[in-house]
Amino acid sequence: MLELRNVAKMVAGEYHIHPTNLAFERGSLNVLLGPTLSGKTSLMRLMAGLDQPTAGSVHFDGSDVTGVPVQKRNVAMVYQQFINYPLLTVYENIASPMRIAGKGKSDIEREVRKAAELLRLTPYLDRTPLHLSGGQQQRTALARALVKNASLVLMDEPLANLDYKLREELREELPKIFAQSGAIFVYATTEPSEALLLGGNTATLSEGRVTQFGPTTQVYRQPSDLTTAKTFADPPLNFMEVEKAGASFQHHGHVLPVPAHLLNVDDGPITIAFHPHHLGLAEQTTAAARLQARTQISEITGSESFVHLDYGGLKWVMLAPGIHDLEPDSDVDVFLDTRHLMAFGRDGRAIAVAV
Amino acid sequence: MNKTYNNKAWFFVLPVLLLVAFSAAIPLMTVVNYSVQDTFGNNEFFWAGTDWFDEILHSDRFWDALGRNLFFSFIILAIEIPLGIFIALNMPKKGIGVPVCLVLMALPLLIPWNVVGTIWQVFGRVDIGLLGRTLASLGIDYNYVRDPIDAWITVIVMDVWHWTSLVVLLCYAGLVSIPDAYYQAAKIDGASRWAVFRYIQLPKMKRVLLIAVLLRFMDSFMIYTEPFVVTGGGPGNSTTFLSIDLVKMAVGQFDLGPAAAMSIVYFLIILLLSWVFYTVMTSSDAEEGGRDDG
Amino acid sequence: MASITLDQIRHAYNPNPVSDADYALREVDHEWVDGGAYALLGPSGCGKTTLLNIISGLLHPSHGRILFDGNDVTELSTQARNIAQVFQFPVIYDTMTVYDNLAFPLRNRKVPEAEVDRRVREMLDIIDLADWSKRKARGLTADQKQKISLGRGLVRNDVNAILFDEPLTVIDPHMKWVLRSQLKRLHKKFGFTMVYVTHDQTEALTFADKVVVMFEGQIVQIGTPAELFEKPRHTFVGYFIGSPGMNIMPVRLEGNAVLLGQERLDLVAAPSVNPADRLQVGIRPEFIRLGQSGLPVTVTRVEDIGRRKIVRAELQGQPIAAVVNEDTEIPTDAHVSFDPAGLNLYANSWRVEERA
Repeated sequence: MLELRNVAKMVAGEYHIHPTNLAFERGSLNVLLGPTLSGKTSLMRLMAGLDQPTAGSVHFDGSDVTGVPVQKRNVAMVYQQFINYPLLTVYENIASPMRIAGKGKSDIEREVRKAAELLRLTPYLDRTPLHLSGGQQQRTALARALVKNASLVLMDEPLANLDYKLREELREELPKIFAQSGAIFVYATTEPSEALLLGGNTATLSEGRVTQFGPTTQVYRQPSDLTTAKTFADPPLNFMEVEKAGASFQHHGHVLPVPAHLLNVDDGPITIAFHPHHLGLAEQTTAAARLQARTQISEITGSESFVHLDYGGLKWVMLAPGIHDLEPDSDVDVFLDTRHLMAFGRDGRAIAVAV
Repeated sequence: MNKTYNNKAWFFVLPVLLLVAFSAAIPLMTVVNYSVQDTFGNNEFFWAGTDWFDEILHSDRFWDALGRNLFFSFIILAIEIPLGIFIALNMPKKGIGVPVCLVLMALPLLIPWNVVGTIWQVFGRVDIGLLGRTLASLGIDYNYVRDPIDAWITVIVMDVWHWTSLVVLLCYAGLVSIPDAYYQAAKIDGASRWAVFRYIQLPKMKRVLLIAVLLRFMDSFMIYTEPFVVTGGGPGNSTTFLSIDLVKMAVGQFDLGPAAAMSIVYFLIILLLSWVFYTVMTSSDAEEGGRDDG
Repeated sequence: MASITLDQIRHAYNPNPVSDADYALREVDHEWVDGGAYALLGPSGCGKTTLLNIISGLLHPSHGRILFDGNDVTELSTQARNIAQVFQFPVIYDTMTVYDNLAFPLRNRKVPEAEVDRRVREMLDIIDLADWSKRKARGLTADQKQKISLGRGLVRNDVNAILFDEPLTVIDPHMKWVLRSQLKRLHKKFGFTMVYVTHDQTEALTFADKVVVMFEGQIVQIGTPAELFEKPRHTFVGYFIGSPGMNIMPVRLEGNAVLLGQERLDLVAAPSVNPADRLQVGIRPEFIRLGQSGLPVTVTRVEDIGRRKIVRAELQGQPIAAVVNEDTEIPTDAHVSFDPAGLNLYANSWRVEERA
């Protein structure tokens, strides 16, 4: 188990990482989700031992490893830019950690072949990284991380430089490959959909702070504050600042019915937020509220349409199934499925979210 | 990128520290010692305090030599830096030409300095030197032994021949790191050759140019071997730089005290000017803020 | 703006190409209409960047010609073709201010200063950087720099086409949305001919009127996003577009139906295929209905991705994926039924057209 106790990193008087407490269990997959410069890489470097925290301590399986340099810890790291030894063959690249550890020749042979098989590199073992495609280079880096049999595997946006489809394939394979080793798996990404596809646990980061940590679907559906909800939304979240009065939300003269799960919320100013797919062109359920908005631009993805709307000055995105190439600057009726509304106080903290 | 903190690193540095101690730190302390004493080197020391420093700072000889050094460095930088940039810009970036040019550029840097001096000393001689004789046969009155201006020109040309390659190699390294997309974008924007240089190449070379200027300034200010071999400081004392003067005083006249004082002053001047250069240039570097994205 | 014609373009990077495999770009013969928004979509190495560089003039094709509005521009330099290009990472002139960056292409073409001022101010408003005009370009964020790159391309009024080479690669997911809709808005407003290269299907499909799908140097299909989605002409298009991609399963022909393992799928009419053809049936996960009736499947995994769930199952030994709404319950005894409109038959990877 990896524990971070009040770990913080200050650089030139500013916090790069605010005091953080995290615990990762053995065999778990943990995603660090956040935009660029939110602190994912810094946090990973602190976990690996590449950087020393300015405060707090890092513990592994109960013992304090804060001062221990990374060479002594059993850590493997995979980077966004496929990092391999350029002059060694794929075989030698994968074998390198074992050679450093002084393993026997037959052991090395066996482990390299096993890893190559798992990552589908067997036909390329004689090539050097320069003669491989991006996907193959990254697989080599992954194989090298795999044979190390590390107890902590850190991956810093490893699929970001790969093609969309390749990313899909590798993303599916990764958890399966590393699940067998029982290591703690930490994966950093900027894309919420990747976090959802990988599953496991997610820690959302924003400006050097971990805003929430828990099982991925829970963080997605029950964000503890507005920042987490925003970090986890792709397409971006829609919001509205309203005044709750009994069973209705007031917004600039318009009235919306309050859904059942929010009736017990205190009256007063709150922010309500919802995902684009909770807005639609057809009245799906009786809990839908009808709103009138102005279209801006429609984007068709072949099976769905992203319609950009202007609702009284607010910029919203609607994800409607089917193809709807709406005329820009026209009025349209949209339906908001209020069953999934999330309510946040004016301070950003969640008041109630749909279960 | 932050380095891992590891005490073992000090062991790697130890041999170098010892070397520097013996070849620089201890001799420096000896010089300081000499500069405040009066001695003929026979182990008899009489305290002189700041007398030697007074004498040096009030001597015309010192100020003349210093003036020559500053003038020389100025000319050297004015020629070598633009010339170096120009050559680097015109060197091929791909293909067989690359290693050929790099080797050609490296050659002058590999020649021992006194050999450089000797080459030019012979080259410029009116009787047996290729250059000297050619100029004489063309009717040009060139004689670095007699004419101070000719002596200066010889020393300057020699230094340019010797050291421009360093500037070229440094600038070239900076240039090759520019991604093709910048040139493509400039083409698309209709930029002229000059605009490409000014807005793309020069900014990217700024960091290496800083190193080049600093190195060339320090080296040219300390110059000794080459002019000494060619002109010996002559004719008269027209090419007597501080370093040459210093050696004359210490080794020729055995005025160890004043010589030591002069070396301290010399050392402090170099230190001061280098520090000024460095601060001015790195402060403009710091303005660059922001990360290099992409 | 101009129409772009690709006349029998082929390109090989080696000077002496021998076989088809030596060609980075095999025969491309196509015309693009003035003012359209096109996307070149395909995996790495499919030739899309090669094609883009041939259009922009940065690469000279080994065979064929390029025409702008009917004029042969194959021999013209990049500058002379009057195109604008936005690259993968922001290319800006660090030492200049935002204003000067945008003014640069105009000043190089000796446009009078008053006109330069007018167009630059207009562009600053469009790309939303009016408050930053006096700032040095160096300290801005990646998406702001990319907007400047874009602005530099749009600020000229003699541009024939604007080419984009994977421009959103370094941009964060949130900003991608903003930039994409801005691009679309710009296109609707100004009507430029835009060619956008990407390997991301969402970018391609949301941006383009017509998408050109490329694979191994060849154009596999050109169509609207809807066409590519509903009727992919090649199994590669089915696989590459859609997340997850189309389910492709081998079948055998039997009269008016195909056999998938033991199950029988009826077709509208007997398709015209050769007995030796390799037959496959393709159906997108979105066209599969999960319920109590239909073909029985074994559910292996359910992935919750927020707004929907991907159900991975096995049908007659073949892996199959279906998507359902986030609120849908997965039945324990799952069955699938296929929407006939979404069922496609492929012979040797190419779609078999239905007979009327």
